[in-house]
Amino acid sequence: MMITRRRALLGAALSITLLAAGCGGGSDEPGTEQAAATTVSDADVQAALEAGGNITVWAWEPTLTKVVADFQTKYPKVKVNLVNSGQGNDAYIALQNAIQAGSGVPDVAQIEFYALPQFALAKTVTDLNTFGAASLDGSFTPGTWGAVRSGEAIHGLPMDSGPMALFYNKEVFDRHQLGVPATWAEYAAAAEKLHKADPKAYITNDVGDAGFTTSLIWQAGGKPYTVDGTDVGVNFGDAGTQKFTAQWQQMIDGKLLNPVPSWTDGWYQGLADGTIASLVLGAWMPANLESGVKAGNGKWRVAPMPQWDSGGKATSENGGSSIAIPEKATNKTLAYAFLKYATIEEGAQTRVDNGAFPASTKQLNDPEFLNKEFPYFGGQKVNEVLAASAGQVVPGWSYLPFQVYANSVFNDTAGKAYLGQGTLQDGLKSWQDASVKYGQEQGFTVK
Amino acid sequence: MLTRRSWIGWQFTGPFLAVFALVFLAPIGYSAYLSLFRTRLVGGTAFVGLENYTKALSDPQFWDALSRVVIFLAVQVPIMLFLALLIALAIDSGRLYGAAFFRISVFLPYAVPAVVAALMWGFMYGTRIGLVGNLNEAFGVTLPDPLSPDLILTSIGNIVTWEFVGYNMIILYSGLRVVDTALYEAAAIDGAGQFRIIRAIKLPALRGPLVVATIFSIVGSFQLFNEPQILDTLAPNSITTYFTPNVYAYQLSFAGQQINYSATIALVMGVLTMVVAYLFQRRSLKGVA
Repeated sequence: MMITRRRALLGAALSITLLAAGCGGGSDEPGTEQAAATTVSDADVQAALEAGGNITVWAWEPTLTKVVADFQTKYPKVKVNLVNSGQGNDAYIALQNAIQAGSGVPDVAQIEFYALPQFALAKTVTDLNTFGAASLDGSFTPGTWGAVRSGEAIHGLPMDSGPMALFYNKEVFDRHQLGVPATWAEYAAAAEKLHKADPKAYITNDVGDAGFTTSLIWQAGGKPYTVDGTDVGVNFGDAGTQKFTAQWQQMIDGKLLNPVPSWTDGWYQGLADGTIASLVLGAWMPANLESGVKAGNGKWRVAPMPQWDSGGKATSENGGSSIAIPEKATNKTLAYAFLKYATIEEGAQTRVDNGAFPASTKQLNDPEFLNKEFPYFGGQKVNEVLAASAGQVVPGWSYLPFQVYANSVFNDTAGKAYLGQGTLQDGLKSWQDASVKYGQEQGFTVK
Repeated sequence: MLTRRSWIGWQFTGPFLAVFALVFLAPIGYSAYLSLFRTRLVGGTAFVGLENYTKALSDPQFWDALSRVVIFLAVQVPIMLFLALLIALAIDSGRLYGAAFFRISVFLPYAVPAVVAALMWGFMYGTRIGLVGNLNEAFGVTLPDPLSPDLILTSIGNIVTWEFVGYNMIILYSGLRVVDTALYEAAAIDGAGQFRIIRAIKLPALRGPLVVATIFSIVGSFQLFNEPQILDTLAPNSITTYFTPNVYAYQLSFAGQQINYSATIALVMGVLTMVVAYLFQRRSLKGVA
């Protein structure tokens, strides 16, 4: 009991000094998060690096292993303990548990963009304005920079990103004389032509995927989620959403989607044998194709994401993650030094060299990066297409502060539409209802 | 004298009681404690008394989950126990060629971890790369998809039957082994046939073991978790996040961070299971030792 109380006092003292300005709804501007005052300068960070110390990093991004090794070589007095605490939801459960227990909290944690608001809201991640992170504006693509901020607060630094593109099996497309679809209407037409010619082949697979759905709505200009502090709105009735549902309903009704869930054995096999002829996914997909679908070597190509309006140039993000500093981390200054090293300094280059798709503008604009030819993609300069997509992400999207939960009930609700029970628009409405109900139970003001 | 004796008694039971309290009572007590609170993302933790319990009783998702396991219990358990009984009687009849081999091979699936079993059956159920898919291809037919929402519960029942029929068979078979063989001799002298022996001697002898096997199966059905959880990856639209009470409790605490409500669901299910198992035991063992 005594220890707990002392620790609580310590925590309070810490948050007073670090978060002088505080975050959360100020009384005059409700819901708008303000920036924490800068109390740690770049010189302080440099001094901490020279003094040395230990930090623990929880991340699953594979290229970080090399980054950590290089970081320790550069700063010999710093010891980095890299821990893979699981991927995605598993990692968040572990992190949440550590934070709640108040012990074993890492100094740096990898958190995907869609999950970051949940941690930000609970004030369990540090506002990086403390370290003057606002000056890094311009170092990252606008899409990813927007994803780590709410109001003026900066909750993490973008590490990788997933601007979307069309990945397609050229061999299958050529065999059936399908052109590369530039619009979603053309995509649907190609889907029909392909499935007619070969009843076993589908243009793509989909059994209902929350991430994919929200990404397509995002691209269509929909803004189903509005978040202003703890005031949350969920509305899948807007024009952008309807654009998506109209098109996708046609795909479902025509049975043009291979009903294989992604990331299963059946999915990999479908990608390998050509019965799943294309995927519209984030820029992290090339490495997955190369490692998971060896039979596709030389057959796959990348093209810009199909558009909602012909001649349009709009894309969205799918996946992507940040690295953040938990509020209860013990060595925040060193942690921030690592964040910068891994996302915009030498570490960013190391990660790109090892196959990651960066969020930093420097790497994205580097001719060497852009001109890299991928043998798996028949020598295509894949990054050129992906980097172009990164610059065209529709601004203004936000996820719910409880997106992790919302995504987990997508198949309970909207999934029915993929079985032919009700329309996709109705399915999204019941997804909306489930999200609203949860939000209200959790104390949000939900519109 | 009296005080010393009671002191010695405590010494003997102490270690057991300590472990029992630590690993058994403490978690239940902690769950009960948790179930009286509510932690929200906005607003923090508050004491809510029995609110979580009234919420559970009027929660359609909880009832949906509960009714699903009740249906499962009512259909799968009788089928499984009947099969187990048939096999036990067949092995015990002594007329089976290779009885020992048969016995071990029926029991073997029980040695397969439930997670592995569910994965294995999941592959077989696949209409694309699985056994069902291969059959469709080989015979040019379209078999119904075992992973579709209409069939998923049956498919899970099939997996559970496969896993536990051997286990129940062993319980029943050992019940048969302790029957005094003199009874069989007497029956034979009286001119009773095999079926008469089964009806008059073996089945009454199996009453106790059958009750035990049924209680295990009741508990197992109410706790159904691994199979639906594993198959969810292959059939996300067929298996909801509230497919069974345990799946629901898992979803609540890990995806929804509603640890308090999850603890409530777990406790309600625990009490319910105990009550059902107790009532069943009392009813079926009435008049027996």
